[in-house]
Parts: sequence; C-alpha cells; structure tokens
Amino acid sequence: MSTTETNGAGQSSVASQVASTNGAKASSAKKGSPVGKAANWADERLGLAGAAKKNLRKVFPDHWSFMLGEIALWSFVVLLITGVFLTLWYRPSMAEVTYTGAYEPMRGLHVSEAFASTVDLSFDVRGGLLMRQMHHWAAMLFIAAMLVHMMRVYFTGAYRKPRELNWVIGVLLLVMGTLEGFTGYSLPDDMLSGTGIRAADGFVKSIPVIGTYASFFLFDGEFPGSAVISRLYTVHVLLLPGLILGLIAAHMLLLVYHKHTQWPGPGRTEQNVVGYPMLPVYAAKAGGFFFIVFGVTALLGGLFTLNPIWAYGPYDPSKVTAGSQPDWYMGWPDGALRIFPGPPLEYSFFGVTLSLNVFIPIILLPTIAILILLALPFVEAWITKDKREHHLLERPRDAPGRTATMVALMTFYGLMWMAGGNDIIAITFDLSINQITYFLRVAVIVGPILAFIITRRWCISLQRKDKEDLLHGYETGIIMRSAQGGFSERHEPLPVGKAYAIAQRDPDRPVELERATDENGVPSPTTRSARLRHRLSAYLHGGGVDTPTRAELEKAHAHAAHEHELEGSGDDRALTARGENTPH
Amino acid sequence: MRLLNRSAGRLTRGRRGPLAGLVVLLLGLLMTGGLYSAFAPSQQAAADQATADDELVAQGRELFLVGCAFCHGKNGEGIETSDGQQLGPVLVGVGAAAVDFQVGTGRMPLAAPGQQGPSKKQAYSDEEREALAAYVASLGPGPAIPSEQDWSLDGLTDEEQEEAVVRGGQIFLTNCTACHNFAGSGGAMPEGGYAPNVRETEEQYVYEALLTGPGQMPSFSDGNLSQTEKRDVIAYLNSVDESPDYGGLTLGSLGPVVDGAVTWVVGIGVLVGFAVWIAAHTTRTDRKKKGEVTT
Repeated sequence: MSTTETNGAGQSSVASQVASTNGAKASSAKKGSPVGKAANWADERLGLAGAAKKNLRKVFPDHWSFMLGEIALWSFVVLLITGVFLTLWYRPSMAEVTYTGAYEPMRGLHVSEAFASTVDLSFDVRGGLLMRQMHHWAAMLFIAAMLVHMMRVYFTGAYRKPRELNWVIGVLLLVMGTLEGFTGYSLPDDMLSGTGIRAADGFVKSIPVIGTYASFFLFDGEFPGSAVISRLYTVHVLLLPGLILGLIAAHMLLLVYHKHTQWPGPGRTEQNVVGYPMLPVYAAKAGGFFFIVFGVTALLGGLFTLNPIWAYGPYDPSKVTAGSQPDWYMGWPDGALRIFPGPPLEYSFFGVTLSLNVFIPIILLPTIAILILLALPFVEAWITKDKREHHLLERPRDAPGRTATMVALMTFYGLMWMAGGNDIIAITFDLSINQITYFLRVAVIVGPILAFIITRRWCISLQRKDKEDLLHGYETGIIMRSAQGGFSERHEPLPVGKAYAIAQRDPDRPVELERATDENGVPSPTTRSARLRHRLSAYLHGGGVDTPTRAELEKAHAHAAHEHELEGSGDDRALTARGENTPH
Repeated sequence: MRLLNRSAGRLTRGRRGPLAGLVVLLLGLLMTGGLYSAFAPSQQAAADQATADDELVAQGRELFLVGCAFCHGKNGEGIETSDGQQLGPVLVGVGAAAVDFQVGTGRMPLAAPGQQGPSKKQAYSDEEREALAAYVASLGPGPAIPSEQDWSLDGLTDEEQEEAVVRGGQIFLTNCTACHNFAGSGGAMPEGGYAPNVRETEEQYVYEALLTGPGQMPSFSDGNLSQTEKRDVIAYLNSVDESPDYGGLTLGSLGPVVDGAVTWVVGIGVLVGFAVWIAAHTTRTDRKKKGEVTT
C-alpha cells in the first residue's frame, strides 16, 4: 500500500477533476481523462457518484468458498443468454407436423411442433445444438452450485442472525431453480421429457382429494391434452425467470446490506470486514470468474452430449426407455419413489384410489425437506437462545451438532439419490436391482443416524486436536535426541493466523435449564418447551471442547519459549529438566 | 442348293414309314430319360446328403450329450430339480436359430449357474455349432438359422432404405427401448438380470434373438414382427451405429444419471478448482513500476 502520494490522488477517485499535490508544490487542476469526463457527464445527470463511491469501495473478504454462490449466479447469466437464443427458434406448440428436417432416421414422422422445432434447432440452426447443450449444462450447474453454496453457508454458520431471511430467499431460489429445470426438461417433447410429464401427472393425481382436479387443470383435460407444452413454456421463460431474477436481486441487496461474513483471524472482529475493495480487485475477480464459468459451460456443451432428443425420438405414450431418469436435482425424490414400499400403501374405497405409495415419497417428502431447510436457522436460534449478530464464521468442527445435522441430511439425500439411479448402478456394477432396493430401504433410515453420531464425535475429536496444537504447538516431524539418549519430537507454535482461527470462537455451550418452579413454588409456564430445548441443546451443543483461556495460553507459550531456550543451550542439566517437563 | 434338297429328301424319305412312329416314341423317351438322368439328383447323391445330415445330427448328439445334456436332458426334454426349479429348459422345437444364437454368442454352455448367461467367447468351433444346431433342430420343428438376405437392404432404392430406417426406428422405440434403452445401451431387469447392450451385436444374432426370444426377452416370431420389420430394426441399429455422435461424447448413452455425475465431478469440480485458484491469487497493491520513486 506504499503507493506514492501523487499516485494516490489519481488512483483513489472516480472523478477526474481532482487537484493533485505532492505537498511541496501548489495544487493544480488536472486535465480530465476521457473516462473521467464520461463519469462526470453521467454523474451530473444521474447523481450516482455517491452510491458508486460507497459501493465501489465495498470490501469483500477473500476465500475460495465465498465464490461458490458466484458459480450459481454466473450459470444463471449463461442460462439467460443461451435461453434467449433458443426462444428465437423453439415453437411451444403440440400441433402435429411432419418432420422434414436434416435428421434422416426421423424424416416423415408425425411429431409435435415443439419436438420438430427442437430437432431443427439441433440440426438445422447453426450453433443450435451447442446452445441447447450449453443451456442444459448451465441449468445442471446452476442448481448444483446453489446446493454447494448452501452447504457452505450452513456449515460455516453464515445463516445466523442477521442473515436468516437471506437463507430463506436462498432456499426459495433452490426450489424455483428446480421447478425451472423441470419445466425446461419437459419442453422438447421427446420421449424422455414426455415420460417426465407423464410421471408428473401421476404425482399430481396422487394428491388426495384435489389430485385429479389439479391434473385436469394443469393439462386442460386428460393427459396429455394439447395445452401443457405452451403452458410450461410460459412458466419457464416468463414466470419463473422473473421470480428467480427478483429473488437474486433481493439476495444480493441483502448481501450488500449485511456485508459479507468472514473467517476469524488476526484483526477480524464482529464489527469489521477485512478484505479487498470491490474495485479493482473484486470486480476483476468476479468478472473474470464469469468468463471461466461461461468457458466451462461452453466446453461441456461442446464435448458432452446432453439429452440427445434425436435418439429418444418424439414422445408417444406407448414408448418408454430403460434408464428414464429425471435430471440429477429431481433424482432424490425419484429415488424415494423407487424404493418406497408399494402395495400396502395404496387404498381403494368407494371407487376412489388413494395412492399414498406415490404421494408420500414424491409430494410429501420434498415438501417436508423444503420446510426443514427453511426452518433450520430459526430452530437453531430457538435452541441456542442466541440473539447476537454473527459476522464471523464458525468452522464446521466448532459446531458439532450443526455439522452432524447437515451431514445426516446429506446422507439421507445421497442414499435417496443412489436409489434414483438404482438401475444404472445395477447394470454398471453387476448387482441385483432388488437387493439394492432392500439395502437402501434400511440404509436411508440407519445411514443418517450413523452419520450424525460419527460426524459429531469426529468434530469433537478435531476440536481436541486443535486445542492440543494451540497449547503445545504442532508436530514438526523433527526428532530430538537428548544427551541421555531419550528421543522426543519437537513441537512448534502454530502460525498466528491459524491460532486465531482456533482460539477466536465461542465455546459451544448447552443452554441451562430454567428452574421448573419459581421461589414461591409456582410452576414455570414454559417448562415443557424449556425442557425440550435443554435436552436438544445438551445433545447438539454439549460435549465440545472449551477454547483455552488466556492464562492457559500464556502458560503454554511461556513453557514453549523456555523449552526453546533449553534446546539452544546444550547444557546437560537443562536438557534433563526439559525431559522432565515435556508434557507428552 | 441342289445338294441340300437332295439330302433333305433322303432324310425325310421314311417319315411316313410304318416304324416311324415307334422310332419317334423311343427317341422321345430316350431323350426325356437322358435329360432326367442328366439333371435330376442321382439316387446316390440324395443318399449321400441324407447320410451327411444324419452324420451331422449324430455328431451334434455326441456333443450334446457331453456339453448340454446335464441340464437340458439327454433328449433335450429339459430337467426340473426336485424343488420345482428349472435346471435347463426343454429344447424340443426351439429350432436351429436358438442354438446358433445361444452357442454363437457364447451364452451356452453356461460357465456357472446364475440369473442369466452372459455372452462370452464361443466355446465350440463353427462346425460343432452347426452340428449342435442340426441335432436340436431334429428334435422338433423350429425356426431355422436366418441368412444374410433376411436382413440385407440390398436391392432397395435409397429412398426405400431411408424409409426402412425410419420404420425400424419406430419399431425399436416401441418394442425394444423399454428394456434395452433408447440407444441400445442395455438396462436392468429384476433379480440381477439385465437386457444386454445391443449396439455391438452382430446382425445375425439380433435377428435370431428377435426370432427366438432368449431368456426373459419376448419372442418376436414372424407372425408378430415380420421378416421385413426385423430387417428394418437391424437397419435402424446400423444407421445409428454409423451416424456420428452429433452432441459430442455420448458417455455410454445411459441417460441423465451419467449427465448428473458429469455435472458434479467435471462441472462443479473444475469450477471449484478455479474458485480456489482465483482466491489464492490476489493482486499485489504495492507493486511499483520500474523507475518509480517513492517520496
């Protein structure tokens, strides 16, 4: 930062009409640069300099995990760009036409206009197939990146006060993104997307009481009707993108308002943000990352086939293919549907069928999952009774209960996801699809419980290791031999940054149980919920290791300094003393 | 001219003689008999052929008794185990095509009992396979081994060939993809069974599989799917095989599961790698230009 003074004036300001002085000479108005002139012109008319001055200097902390949300943002931009290209040729109509395009094995077939235009887009429009595949890959990446970003926010505790509502917006974005993906998957009207719509029809119909009405409303009559493609198109290009854009705007505005969270470290507190300014550092980093995301999407679109609709052929309710799966983000409800027991849960009375075997895994389960995600910050705040603002992140190991909860949820998700690909797993690894199903029926229940216990213990062990390193230094791998012939490993104190990261955290303390009765013997009205909270808190937040106190640290440091001194002395007596004092 | 008239006159002199009719009759008989004996297969040849067939069947039976009878029974009557399971199905009436398919693709003889016989290297020589087929065909009438003209598109115009491919595609997507997948990559069946990948399968075996319905596959007999329709399916498979991978690497054409794996492993993997790289390289704000003086 030791830039010269003359440089400093020109560098720091957007406006070019700034007097520059080096302190020795009188100041003189500099002639404005063209950029400065343009900025001045705009500011005189729009008055944006005030806001720009503040926001261009906005500081962002530097960490790779803070860029995961950006992957989602930039894939969404890629989706908008490629999507506009696709709308120029795609025709959302289920009218029957004769295919006469370039793809020979389909020439002369009667297909829907939507399908014909998508095949034309792939074979007769220059660059169309690349755009289609880029759009689809970007969609897959969009949702994947949102999920990864969400995991980062959760595991670091970044959703705590004041960011709970931004977490809620994020969950809504994930839901919208999934729906947007599903509607897009359905538009080409090929065999796979038709199978998907057919399945969706079944899911809607499984909803008790309103199912059939909802299905008839959606399809404007019995499946497949002639309206669903154009309706899905409107939802896909107008309704959902509008909602997603609005939610993204709100997400970003709240990010700016709250300021970004940061990892604990030297000089970092709950009151400040340490990092680099928006301009030029973050503008360059984020802008550059857009081109990387665009490039990776283009490479994927150019190198890997995605949804070869010409091979699937047009949709026809009499046709289906082995390996009919939804895109990955719908894989886990599909898996739940695949392994869910069938016959005992389908009832029929008074001529009405109640398909709980479909309703529970595909409608109820995802709804519960979304509600759990939405509730996570509020439930944690209720359990911990923590009303403070948090701008410093927590490492996953420092909150064992939280980390274990998400790992359990992830295990459930992952096992359900596996079930969604059970047929592909069966043929790839020469397994029996029935055995996979039986295994997973048990594993989706036992797995998360095991994952919770293991993760919690693992986190606490890592805390112990951290404390050990903090107090006694890390193992250098250097073996020292004393004059008496004893061997010991030399320990060095942790680097300052690392020591801060470990020491600068709140110890995870369970909430104390309020007294059940007051001093007059009157029972407390909140006892029951307080007891539940206490029990949850004791399990989720108990058992952790306390951070060392100042006194403990100072003692350990003094001890380490003493040890070094002795090692250097070569004094026989001193070495004996060291041997006695070594804590291991 | 005179000479010609004279000889013709001599030749025809006796045509109205009393023996003329008899001579013509004899001559006719002689010629008919001669022609017959010249063109008709001799008794000996027919006998030779019958002997060869018998020998082939006998040779096939020898092989059958050694390699197949343990499960299928000594006369191909099939064997049921005491608990009602089938050790080997009845082979009476399955025809030569079934043997040609099962033995030619290496499915039979089984290396081990299991849900399904995997295709492997053929265990018998082509002659032995022929003998086995002849023996099984002799047990009862069944479909014969098809020949190339059954599935060849030769003799069709370009337009007709194109139509055959389109028709074959529709038949394939209606009847085959539910188990064999849209690109013929194969799919899972209950209890560890599977519909195999058919992209690399030889035309003859595709035809025979359709004809005989091996394992859990339904049989598409000629009444079900005519010879022309089977031919069209093979033509479609060939055309798909010959066409380029328009969208890039197909990743096994297994559908969205593999695409999801690529998204996470390649897409998210590479992008997170870049994020780490970007975060690790930050601008040096104190870098000075050459010759710059700090005051």
